[in-house]
Amino acid sequence: MTNQKGRFGVHGGQYIPETLMNAVIELEKAYDYYKNDEEFNQELQQLFNDYAGRPSRLYYAEKMTKALGGAKIYLKREDLNHTGAHKINNVLGQALLAKKMGKTRLIAETGAGQHGVATATAAALMGMECVVFMGEEDTKRQALNVYRMKLLGADVVPVKTGTATLKDAVSEAMREWTSRISDTHYCLGSVMGPHPFPTIVRDFQSVISKEIKEQMLAKEGRLPDAVIACVGGGSNAIGSFYHFIQDSSVRLIGCEAAGRGIDTFETAATIATGKLGIFHGMKSYFCQDEFGQIAPVYSISAGLDYPGVGPEHAYLHDIGRAEYVAITDDEAVNAFEYLSKTEGIIPAIESAHAVAYAVKAAPAMDRDKIIVVTISGRGDKDCAAIARYRGVEIYE
Amino acid sequence: MSNIQNAFKNGKAFIPFITCGDPDLDTTAAAVRAAVENGADLIELGIPFSDPTAEGPVIQAANIRALSGGVNTEKIFAFVRELRKDVKVPLVFMTYANVVYSYNAEKFIAACREIGIDGLVIPDIPFEEKEEFLPLCRKYGVDLISFIAPTSENRIAMIAKEAEGFLYVVSSLGVTGTRSEITTDLESIMRIIRANTDIPCAVGFGISTPEQAERMAAVSDGAIVGSAIIKLLAQYGTQAPSHIGEYVRTMKQAVRN
Repeated sequence: MTNQKGRFGVHGGQYIPETLMNAVIELEKAYDYYKNDEEFNQELQQLFNDYAGRPSRLYYAEKMTKALGGAKIYLKREDLNHTGAHKINNVLGQALLAKKMGKTRLIAETGAGQHGVATATAAALMGMECVVFMGEEDTKRQALNVYRMKLLGADVVPVKTGTATLKDAVSEAMREWTSRISDTHYCLGSVMGPHPFPTIVRDFQSVISKEIKEQMLAKEGRLPDAVIACVGGGSNAIGSFYHFIQDSSVRLIGCEAAGRGIDTFETAATIATGKLGIFHGMKSYFCQDEFGQIAPVYSISAGLDYPGVGPEHAYLHDIGRAEYVAITDDEAVNAFEYLSKTEGIIPAIESAHAVAYAVKAAPAMDRDKIIVVTISGRGDKDCAAIARYRGVEIYE
Repeated sequence: MSNIQNAFKNGKAFIPFITCGDPDLDTTAAAVRAAVENGADLIELGIPFSDPTAEGPVIQAANIRALSGGVNTEKIFAFVRELRKDVKVPLVFMTYANVVYSYNAEKFIAACREIGIDGLVIPDIPFEEKEEFLPLCRKYGVDLISFIAPTSENRIAMIAKEAEGFLYVVSSLGVTGTRSEITTDLESIMRIIRANTDIPCAVGFGISTPEQAERMAAVSDGAIVGSAIIKLLAQYGTQAPSHIGEYVRTMKQAVRN
């Protein structure tokens, strides 16, 4: 019988070097204490409301709904949060927790740069040191976010190993944490890694579904029929799903990045193409070869360009509670442009994967059905890359 | 008793780490034989992994060289079977959990037994997760090696009590790689270990010079050296084995007493 701590079915666990074990045990103890601490929760709620700008809007996308002619579409506007993405929810929670634990330094990995920017922001706010690890490839794709992090006072370390993308940034942040634990908290950006991270990050992100539920009941007097969100590691998706998991009438749909297609090698759709494995501290599904070597994955979206998926998503997939679909680069780019032109909202290319599925699914649904699409971040950071995708060079 | 304990019968042990297939398996075979001829007591054979999160830059690079040279788990099993015809010292595999898991853990561990591998060193399997592989290791008589780190503190006794084969004592915080100084209070750690187990303890991470090896072996039962050997492979490639032999001889002399 394997260790049952931090398990979601067979997934999860704590597959990390001995050097880090006391650090995750200390984190778990602190979290178990503070999650029920009234003062901690008040402080966090205040940061959510006054600093991050919560609650985020639940916006009825009327033009899009009418244009597609099917289900009624609501957008959960996490892009309107301070720093422009859902990442701030988790970071404010973890930074506050780290501060209570007496840590003075935050380290983080980042893909698209949104989590790095959020961590640098929280570190600036709370007077903590901050170092962000970012794949060198991603520092090029997301140069503006690198500048933002530096502006906020963080050091950005370009990671040159492996594929020089998100998975390598995670590996490097884990390596850094083993070398400096006593004053440093690893502010992991998604619902992945060893226990207790998948649970902590989910809890801080679950504010998204808590709000959707309240807002939907206020606007429509009922629950939505489907909630759609993009999935890399899966933090905005689990945040969007969490308070609906017990409501079996609500379909939960995660959109993975298919890259150039799930039948090509240039994909990051883990649930569609991966198999069960152990990596980055957790048992879950991973894109890998027959000998367990982690596959170099690809997506136009730096934030979804990860060869694994959070253990709770792997479990929701196993038990059939959530559905996972794969969206190609082309579909995501079309959706990026579609939402910009139709609603005047430029979504992050990550979120555009969720929009793309809504565009496909809504017309086939009755008009009395309601879907919620989480816009996990805003797309300003992606404009140069999308322009390049369309063959236009932009000079700033 | 585990065959691994034979490695600690010739005075303090010297344990080199070599990544299989860096740059090719013929070189690995020659390097292992050169190390054994020059006094290596146990060889830690690395099965390369694409994303070795416990390794510093030197061993990361060796993993990449080996994988791009086309080595894989099957080829390494065949290589060890051949090596075992004349190499008698205890051999352990060092790799990551996913390499074992994805192969099918039972098939992997049964193969270890069959080709003559005495133990498994898996840095991403801590005490809490050892049930993942331990029942199979017991079934096939392969020791699952446990780690003690400078941060283990209140965990040392718990880990030591259940340890098998030998205990891998991590000398410093951080990942593998050579260090100019090792400041961990190993004496205190060793006292707690000794109070809880009789199995041998070898210290690894950061050791490269004979002076460091002597100092580490003085408080334990042996020294493990990886990055310093991998550097010779990076520098000399297929010509590295004779340099490795020379290096091992110096290091074994340093730890012997």
